[in-house]
Amino acid sequence: VKRRLEEKLKAARVNGVSFSHTQHTIVKLLLYNLWLVFQSKGESLQDKEASLEFPSRLHSLKDRDTVTRFDREQVGKGLPTAEEAFNFFTLNFDPDPPDVIETSSRRRQKQRKTTDEDEEHEDVDEDIQEENESEEAPLVQTQEDLFVIDQSPQDFLEIKKAEYVGYQKLLQRQSELLFTPSFRTPTSIKLPENMKPRYLEDEGLYVGERPPVSLTNENILENRILKMEEGKKWFGDDGRIIALPNPIKESSTRPPLFHMEEALDPALQTVYRKAVKSKYANLYIAGGADPEGDYQLDVDVSGLIFSHHPLFSREHVLGARLAQLYDQYLTRQRNNLTGHLTDKLNGLRNALRNMLESHSGLNPTQALQQRISEYNLEVRNTRHLRDSEQEKDRTLLKNIVKVWKAIKALREFQKFTNTPYKLYLRENVDRVSDEQDYEDEILAEVVELEAETEEEYQNKLAEYKKRLEEWKLCRKKQFQKAKKKKQKKKKKGQAQDDTEGEDEEQDVSESEGPTDEPPPKPEPPERPDLGSIEQWVREKTLRIRRKPGEAILIPELSASANITASELCPAETARREDVARRSLFTKILYNDKEVSRTDSRSLNTDFRVHFGQIFNLKIVNCPQSISLQVFEEIGSSCSLLAQVFLPVPEPSVVTGSVPLEEFEFSSNQRVMFDHEGVGSVPLSFEADGSNKQSLLTSGKVSCCVSWGIGDDDVPLAPPYIGASGLYDMKKIGEWARQSRLDPNDPKNASIMQLVASSGEVTAPEYFRLEHLQEEFNFVTDEELEKSGRFRLLKLRNQEVAEFRNYKFIPALEREVTDTVFQEYEKRLKEGEVIDTKEHLDSHRALVAKYLQKIRESVINRFLLAKHHYLLSDLVIEEEIPTIILGINLFKLAEPKRPLKPQRKERKKVTAQNLSDGDIKLLVNIIRAYDIPVRRLQSIQVRPFVEVSFQRTVLQTATADGPNPCWNEELQLPFAPNGDYSTASLQSVKDEVFINIFDEVVHETVMNDKNRGKSIQTHIEKRWLGSVKIPFSTIYSQSKIDGTFKVNTPAVLLGYSKEKSHFTNSGFDILRSLSEGTFITLFITVDPQLVPGESVREKFDTQEDERLLQASERFERDAAQRYPERPCITTVIDLSGKTVFITRYIRPLSPPKELLDEFPNNPLEATPLVARFVSLIPSLPDQVSFSATCDLWSTCDQFLTLLAGDEEEHAVLLCNYFLSMGKKAWLIIGTAIPEGPTAYVLTLEQNLYLIWNPSSGQFYGQYDTFCPLQAVGCLVNPDNVWFNIQQYTSPMRVSFDISKAHLWKPFFSRTFSHPGLSSIQPEELVYRRTDRAAAAELQDRIERILKEKIMEWRPRQPTRWNRYCTTTLKQFLPKLELIRGQDVAEGHRHELQSLLGDYRISGFPLNLAFSEIRPIIEAVYSTGIHSVQASNVEFALAVYVHPYPNNVMSVWIYLAS
Amino acid sequence: MAASNPSVFLLTVNGNIEGANFPEYDNLYCKYCFVYGHDWAPTTGLEEGITQIASKSSQASHRLIWNFPLATTFKSTNPSGWPQLVVSVYGPDVFGNDVVRGYGATHIPFTPGQHTKTIPMFVPEPTWRLQKFTGWLTGRRPEYTDPKVVAQGEGREDMKKMDYDTGPSGPANKPSATSGWSTEEQP
Repeated sequence: VKRRLEEKLKAARVNGVSFSHTQHTIVKLLLYNLWLVFQSKGESLQDKEASLEFPSRLHSLKDRDTVTRFDREQVGKGLPTAEEAFNFFTLNFDPDPPDVIETSSRRRQKQRKTTDEDEEHEDVDEDIQEENESEEAPLVQTQEDLFVIDQSPQDFLEIKKAEYVGYQKLLQRQSELLFTPSFRTPTSIKLPENMKPRYLEDEGLYVGERPPVSLTNENILENRILKMEEGKKWFGDDGRIIALPNPIKESSTRPPLFHMEEALDPALQTVYRKAVKSKYANLYIAGGADPEGDYQLDVDVSGLIFSHHPLFSREHVLGARLAQLYDQYLTRQRNNLTGHLTDKLNGLRNALRNMLESHSGLNPTQALQQRISEYNLEVRNTRHLRDSEQEKDRTLLKNIVKVWKAIKALREFQKFTNTPYKLYLRENVDRVSDEQDYEDEILAEVVELEAETEEEYQNKLAEYKKRLEEWKLCRKKQFQKAKKKKQKKKKKGQAQDDTEGEDEEQDVSESEGPTDEPPPKPEPPERPDLGSIEQWVREKTLRIRRKPGEAILIPELSASANITASELCPAETARREDVARRSLFTKILYNDKEVSRTDSRSLNTDFRVHFGQIFNLKIVNCPQSISLQVFEEIGSSCSLLAQVFLPVPEPSVVTGSVPLEEFEFSSNQRVMFDHEGVGSVPLSFEADGSNKQSLLTSGKVSCCVSWGIGDDDVPLAPPYIGASGLYDMKKIGEWARQSRLDPNDPKNASIMQLVASSGEVTAPEYFRLEHLQEEFNFVTDEELEKSGRFRLLKLRNQEVAEFRNYKFIPALEREVTDTVFQEYEKRLKEGEVIDTKEHLDSHRALVAKYLQKIRESVINRFLLAKHHYLLSDLVIEEEIPTIILGINLFKLAEPKRPLKPQRKERKKVTAQNLSDGDIKLLVNIIRAYDIPVRRLQSIQVRPFVEVSFQRTVLQTATADGPNPCWNEELQLPFAPNGDYSTASLQSVKDEVFINIFDEVVHETVMNDKNRGKSIQTHIEKRWLGSVKIPFSTIYSQSKIDGTFKVNTPAVLLGYSKEKSHFTNSGFDILRSLSEGTFITLFITVDPQLVPGESVREKFDTQEDERLLQASERFERDAAQRYPERPCITTVIDLSGKTVFITRYIRPLSPPKELLDEFPNNPLEATPLVARFVSLIPSLPDQVSFSATCDLWSTCDQFLTLLAGDEEEHAVLLCNYFLSMGKKAWLIIGTAIPEGPTAYVLTLEQNLYLIWNPSSGQFYGQYDTFCPLQAVGCLVNPDNVWFNIQQYTSPMRVSFDISKAHLWKPFFSRTFSHPGLSSIQPEELVYRRTDRAAAAELQDRIERILKEKIMEWRPRQPTRWNRYCTTTLKQFLPKLELIRGQDVAEGHRHELQSLLGDYRISGFPLNLAFSEIRPIIEAVYSTGIHSVQASNVEFALAVYVHPYPNNVMSVWIYLAS
Repeated sequence: MAASNPSVFLLTVNGNIEGANFPEYDNLYCKYCFVYGHDWAPTTGLEEGITQIASKSSQASHRLIWNFPLATTFKSTNPSGWPQLVVSVYGPDVFGNDVVRGYGATHIPFTPGQHTKTIPMFVPEPTWRLQKFTGWLTGRRPEYTDPKVVAQGEGREDMKKMDYDTGPSGPANKPSATSGWSTEEQP
């Protein structure tokens, strides 16, 4: 180290590099010491002190030096500077105070004599010595340590137990040792600080497609790279790893081949060919059609000459310059410009002279004068040119001589010759004639110049005169003006003083002055001095031409000088040896690939290398670049000196006809030697070091490139090589225009550039990914619009309802009739017009329209989703077999119970396999309870069940008693209008009516004369009650199994309830409520249809992402643990957005009228509110939106639409209850027959009540007949609880939500309620329903029903009993008041008394009003019209009770 | 006139299902059906059919020969939805269960003349290994709900998840069909 430092110091000193250089070295020293400090720290503590001494010293030294400069350099980079590092190491330990003092004193000293460099170096030397000491000190100590180890090795042998390392600790250790890259890398750390990622693609630059790498792997790799040194250089501007575009093609380019052992298409038969390299691999030139043509490029590298080489001696440099100048001289001589120009000048002069002579006597004409002047001008220009050329010649010659003299001087000085150059100056001269010529020349020139100057003078003179004239004129005018003014003034003010007059005059002159000052008087031109002209010409001639009589010097350069042998010049030996060591070779690169290289030739003393090699390149690619690389070899290492680019030859350039050309090259490497070689650095030849010249390695390669000639003298050049070595522009242009290349793809860059530079083709203004797209457009867009056929095709493709399954779109345009579109266009047009006829109420019509619109938008949204198939839609696959196996094995052990058959799972049938008549609705009617009994007759009630669906009616056998058991299966055909797709099945609105009738047998005794008595039996059926189940429910549930409450009319004339046998204590109200008729049913569709899948589409949302994730997790957990329990946390609102469920719950006040009816008893109001809610018509989402998606509307939307699912009812009811101050929850659960549904739970007097929102009924928690079967979760405005109890049945469930082991809350302590605002409105606005409208509606319904009943009885006349009708009418409002409950016995009696002796059977029906159709349907299903009795009379009364907001309750009293 | 006599063109297909090359299986029969677009209707001939069971010859070729004739005529107004022939091959497995051995589809040739087409056959693979085993055991392999699926594009996205059995033992079916079509006014 020391030696190195010393060397450096010495070098610095030798070079005479100033103070700054030394400083540099010191800085290096400091850094080195720093390193030492690190080392010594690691070795031992004792060492530290020793080693730390000199850093402190160095620190002081550094202080003294102007290291501040050093600091300034470093501070900017934000790294700890050397000074900081030093402080870190030095300040922890005590620096020697005396040292500091000493240094400070030294500093002062230094300031005094900054120029004294020697002392500076001494300081450094001192340091180095100290450093050496410190370096040795630790060495000695470590040796001692080693010695100790040798003495007692036993001490270090220690026997220990095997150590157990705990797992956690092991992990900890591993984590210290191992680097586990994380899976996430933020973009910010991959970029330099304060840089934003740049996306080149967004900026419009072409970025290739990256090869697919999984994100995890990419992130791991990125993390690894980031840990590496200079890791950031692997990242591009966009913060991703730099990657090449994906090289894999999208589709296979190989045609598929199938294996058959025979009969393969002969065209596809594979033939073995030897692997041949493809020709024209890079070929995008249209002309390369000649497959046989082998193109050959001959590259002849003959040799190279260095015009400068680092190993040049000074003499070489001069010699090279001399040679260069001589070359220049030779070329000039060859061109002989001076001679040419002189000849031209003479010719011109002669011509001029002739012209002047021939016209000397005559007056020169205008044309002639012009010609003469032109000649004069020409002569003058030529003369100037000649003069400058002559001057150049002369300076060149002078320079040659000068350089030669310098060489000679150098040779004399160094006493040896290094270069073979020798300059001879030959002189040949004819002194006399020469002198004569010289004088003539001068004279001629003088004369000419004289003439020129004379002419010039004349011109100037003329101009002068002209201007003088002007000036005079101007003066005169001015003078006159002034005079005039003066006169004016005089007239004006005669009485005024003279002095005033004077002032005026001054004024005038002042005022006039600036406006037109007289032009300055022109100076007359000087008469040119003719004598001086001659003088000037002579001087000039002397300067640029040789003197008369002086020899014409013809320099001749020869290489005949003897180079002094190496032995004679010891100073040169090193250099010459170096030269001899070197050798050169060139590589030939074709299209940037090395194709061959020359032999390596050693460098001669004259720095010329002769290769003389010709390379024949057989080419298959277009020549784009040919270049030579010159390499220099020293021993085994070789270095690139320079690269020479050769132009691609034109096709006409063939071997043999081309001369060698010289290509210059140079490199900018800096080379320095310690011997006589000058190196490639700035060099000065002057003694004082001025006039530096920068010498770079340079030289010339003589070589030539040409196309080879084939056997038949045909040039082996490709035909498409254009004039300037480029391709056939036209063809490329055409091709580029047609194919519309991606202008941003770097692959096409060269072509685009070429095309652009040629100017023939510009890139298209637009860019298409599919540039052949247009060619596939078989008609234009306008044509497509106009054609009815295409329109039809388009509409069918869009699955517009009218054309969805349209068959046979006509083949010809003329066959497309306009009638096809009529319906469709009508529908489009009528979208706006509201048809009030079909609806009884204008409001309903509006609502229906609105609903229609929502439906359309929803359908459009789901249209795409419907085309999404699952694997299971297409492939039948066995279920997961493990479960099957397990169950099967288990079943073997199970006892066989033939008397308790269990239903087997049926195979599901997808929609596409169905055809007409396949589907049957199976209704299994098992039994019924508590059927009303006949009041008067002692005969038992004989009920039977009639099931009607789509106007098909089937009935069971008749059973006896109020608790009959039928156990009968009815099969109803199902015809969904020919379309068996899931969507159409879902949208079947038909309902299944299950009616219970009483079969009443009348026996009329007929007296026949002939036969005697005969008994005629009339069988009459009387409606007792009904259950209706929408088909959509059956379809989505696939089976319905359970006991239903039969919807019995409030008053059933002639029937009464049998008293319940069981009367529990407690809530009589509740008890009695639950009483009613029940029927046990099993309904299913055969074959089992696959219910529509819910839409597998993620909806956009405004909810917080975290919340959504949490809810997803919550639902997933729930589904995993209790798959059969419904759990809903998010729902979709009408606009298709995902909304958290608690947002729906908010206290909302029910209509005031309802509350006002029981101002003092809120408990009484509760059923009324429930009734109000239940009167809002129910419409399942499946029916309205034809897809299984649950859309939840808010309460105001619900009230406006007046149609909704159970959920909407439940939400509204829950909100009402909350506003009434009850504790209410929404139950998400399953019920019969609805399936998954929503109920409302309230807590009243420590009892939980379950409300069915769509019927308005409520049940106690322990009610056996509660339709709610399972409780999934509870919702209130604040939280959602999921049922995690063992049972789901409401009877067995504890509703205490505060118990965490029973109810799992969604928002818990860990995930608190984020304060979700409700989406419900602040307040519901209720409109009073117009009573008049209700009355009108009432009339309409009555009229329609009467018409219908008459229509249903085509055979018999239908008589209406008016009296009875009016009587019935009076009862209906009363019924509404008591809400159909607690039918007073009095009512019947009253009726009986009113109607007297009529035998009457009848009942009131209560319906929520939505449309007229369901009412008709309901009336029809009662079968009242089918009474056959001849003298039957009918009574029909309708009463519509309006509730707020157009909610109406319709009562129909039917009697016969 | 146009309304009463819509112009159609007819496509007549004559040909036969020659045979198949299922190196691993024997005693196979083949079901075929045509799948076509909205604007197509068969006028004569059978739309679908089932061939006899063919056994491999003991000779060298080991081919199953059906030579089952096809003769159908379609009428159409629109080349879109050009008929495709969908074939599915079934045969007994080790336990005698009838299982599917291959599905395949090809378009009816577009140009008149005699063509010989080779249809590569494939079967859907079970998603699970275990299912493969039980499927083998119970003889209930995965099947398409409808063989026509292979002629349709819809729902194929999810098929990526499945492996096709088109290995070196690739079964192949080989109907040859002569088809001719002409535009003519139907009487």
